[in-house]
Amino acid sequence: MNLVIVDYKAGNVQSVLFALERLGVQAKLSSDFETIKAADKVIFPGVGEASAAMAQLKARNLDKLLPELEQPFFGVCLGMQLLCQHSEESDTDLLGIIPLPVKRFQTDLKVPHMGWNQLANLKTPLFEGVAEQDFVYYVHSFYVPLSEYTIAQTSYPDAFSAALQYKNFYAAQFHPEKSGAAGSQILQNFLAL
Amino acid sequence: MLTKRIIPCLDIKNGRCVKGIQFENIRDAGDPVQLAKWYAEQGADELVFLDITATNEERKTFAELVRDIARHIDIPFTVGGGISSVADVEVLLMAGADKVSINSSAIKNPALIEELAKHFGSQCVTVAIDTKYTEATGWKVYTRAGTIETEHATVDWAKKVTELGAGEILLTSMNNDGTKAGFALDITKAVSEAVTVPVIASGGAGTMQHFSDAFKEANADAALAASLFHFRELEIPVLKNFLKTQGVDVRI
Repeated sequence: MNLVIVDYKAGNVQSVLFALERLGVQAKLSSDFETIKAADKVIFPGVGEASAAMAQLKARNLDKLLPELEQPFFGVCLGMQLLCQHSEESDTDLLGIIPLPVKRFQTDLKVPHMGWNQLANLKTPLFEGVAEQDFVYYVHSFYVPLSEYTIAQTSYPDAFSAALQYKNFYAAQFHPEKSGAAGSQILQNFLAL
Repeated sequence: MLTKRIIPCLDIKNGRCVKGIQFENIRDAGDPVQLAKWYAEQGADELVFLDITATNEERKTFAELVRDIARHIDIPFTVGGGISSVADVEVLLMAGADKVSINSSAIKNPALIEELAKHFGSQCVTVAIDTKYTEATGWKVYTRAGTIETEHATVDWAKKVTELGAGEILLTSMNNDGTKAGFALDITKAVSEAVTVPVIASGGAGTMQHFSDAFKEANADAALAASLFHFRELEIPVLKNFLKTQGVDVRI
């Protein structure tokens, strides 16, 4: 399989590479659009701050190009948020692929939402073999509300989108690469789409 | 439900895991990668690796070890020790660490916290605070592996580092560290209530009840221990089952 991880200097790509390696898959790291476009599947990781990440994407013209992709695509953590319309983080316009907002947690609970939390209302083959209430690892301060594109949810304290699907674009707010057996299963499921 | 985290801490010297008792009397407790894998299987929620080596040459060895750990475990981990610049952090994050922990360098140069948060995001910046209580001073922050008292009162410093962009606080009570008499509940509670970010209680764990107290009485978000786990005086699955019976939300 020709698997490409989008390289835009905003994120912990090494962990994703290692997680795939544990599944026996060698992924290519690239910021070149032709290479990305030619991939069977694309993974779009990301950690850090939204406006800085958007600047990195724009510098590589990827903000124009990523929305054109038609193969299975998987945005992870900030990579999920970047697929949306607009973020309250630094009032940032995002890629605009999925017509949803990204909001900051307004809660008395600790922010960032950091640690292991449970998945519910699992939909689509992405969660094949993953049980309701299985634990995944989160670390984030912004979230995507529930919507018609939500394919898994988590509560902190209110329910938010743990994962999304819009056409060929899949996305997870949690870190499948750091979520033990459930996370490996989800990555494996994406590879099998 | 977000669960409380149990975090084994591994002190690393020359690529091996050691544990300082009250920051002295170091004993060898094994191979870090093997221990890390074992802890992940046991249900540890996260791991912390502290590099206690001194020279730059040894730090390079540590970065290689971080890479080796990231390759083998599928739970998050934090690395710390001797980090004093954006470049130091970049090496460790690129090697596969999820978070970095800074301590003395944050005291020497608080702007570093801001810089790291801007470059990498608050979510990967843990500020470690070593604190000690004396009747004369109250709870004060110590630096340089707990050898030097600073001017900072602990709660004030915790608030300040959070404002600068820390995404988490690792609070170690030097009075309690190595005693196995329990976590410092009062200062842990005071810090946890003063800041909006998660707080890891550290220093003093000796029994399962101590963990329960840290979560229920001191409102810690996570609890860290070292020798207790390394020498298998307490097994994580047993601990988590106990916590569950105490009404603490844990990942089992």
